[in-house]
Amino acid sequence: MAINWFKYSAPTTFYGLAGKLIPWFALSSAILFVVGLYIGFAVAPADYQQGEFYRIIFIHVPSSILSMFLYLVMAGYAALGLIFNTRLSAMMATAIAPTGALFAFISLWTGALWGKPMWGAWWVWDARLTSELILLFLYLGFIALHASIDDPRRADRASALLAIVGSVNVPIIYFSVKWWNTLHQGSTIKFSGTSMHVAMQQAMFITLAACWLYAIAVVLARVRSIILERERNTTWITELPEVRS
Amino acid sequence: MKKSSMLDLLVLVIRRDLVLAMRRRADVLTTLIFFVMVVSLFPLGVGPEMDMLRKMAAGVLWVAALLSSMLSLGRLFSADYLDGTLEQMMLAPQSLSMLVLGKMAAHWMVSGLPLVLMAPVLGLQFDMPVQALGVLIIGLLLGTPILSMVGAIGAALTLGLRGGGVLLSLLVLPLCIPVLIFGTGAVEAVSTGLSAVSHLSLLGALLVLALVFTPWVTAQALRISME
Repeated sequence: MAINWFKYSAPTTFYGLAGKLIPWFALSSAILFVVGLYIGFAVAPADYQQGEFYRIIFIHVPSSILSMFLYLVMAGYAALGLIFNTRLSAMMATAIAPTGALFAFISLWTGALWGKPMWGAWWVWDARLTSELILLFLYLGFIALHASIDDPRRADRASALLAIVGSVNVPIIYFSVKWWNTLHQGSTIKFSGTSMHVAMQQAMFITLAACWLYAIAVVLARVRSIILERERNTTWITELPEVRS
Repeated sequence: MKKSSMLDLLVLVIRRDLVLAMRRRADVLTTLIFFVMVVSLFPLGVGPEMDMLRKMAAGVLWVAALLSSMLSLGRLFSADYLDGTLEQMMLAPQSLSMLVLGKMAAHWMVSGLPLVLMAPVLGLQFDMPVQALGVLIIGLLLGTPILSMVGAIGAALTLGLRGGGVLLSLLVLPLCIPVLIFGTGAVEAVSTGLSAVSHLSLLGALLVLALVFTPWVTAQALRISME
């Protein structure tokens, strides 16, 4: 039996599917967060160099990874929407942007909290910090452009083009910032995670999975709202039980 | 289409935009005055110690160039958009990318080139050594066209939007960071006794990349904004 993958590329069918999936993703994310943070804070030993401060990586590392990965996913959906003219892809890209920006912000915030005790400064112009900050700017630009165009179709396509241009630029920005940094000053501390304790690794991977599932759940919820908003004049929306009541 | 006619088109667009700019000279001058003003504000803000100013000079000049090129980007397409010329240009049988490239070139000549010519004078205010000044000029010559070209994408995307100017800077400035880094890096390399060739080569590479891709991307952006 051939599976019709395109069935769920229509907002009509995807709305229902997303509604069914959200509780599962949300629940498993919550469980994994509890487990991962328990292992991270109670089971994993203190680091011999950084003491207890290192524990922030259980939030910091997953959010940095996701902030970068979500940008690529967003640009991918944007490209899909631009090439195949599928409405849902553009809605997904729009739905991902705030979550990506949130993760970028959390990553910077927790990085600053970690930097104060470890480096003695809230902020250093390290290559990774700087490129994360620029990534946040790129997210904000995407959101701002989408928000300031009234016509949803033009907003989708314009911000999609911006996301693609941004994703082409991300490696250029990353390497330029890296070279700029080595030119000015070396990294203050190199954090080599080659010999991480097993419990630390486990906790980090579990919280990473939790953040992942959280992102999916939130994006699906947001995409459902976007579908409701965009398609409010169609009959299938007015016939939905939650809209009727 | 013959090759010569493509070039003719390019020359035609550049000449037209230059004539239009010469009719409204105040716009060109405003950008230049803004550049000079921003640069002159820095010594007032951080103090007149020559050692510090000499160190900061390249960065200050580059950031000011970046900001003042943002200032004039809004005008790149807006006048043609408002009077309907842009629509006619898009209906024309010639390649829109080529037209856009012509507009970018004209924009650079009007807003980028004056900054490059003005920069040595301002550099002397900061007591920059002659060698560093030379590298700064070469860097600006290579870098300011990139600012115009990348900026054109933003200008096309924000065409006709409310609050377009601020939004434009928000979109374009992060994308211009590599240009800033390599441009100031070249000057820094020379003043620490290293060769600036690597930085300038990277700037050149960015310029070539921008030349190939940005006209096409801008044309797509214009199509999105005009439909």
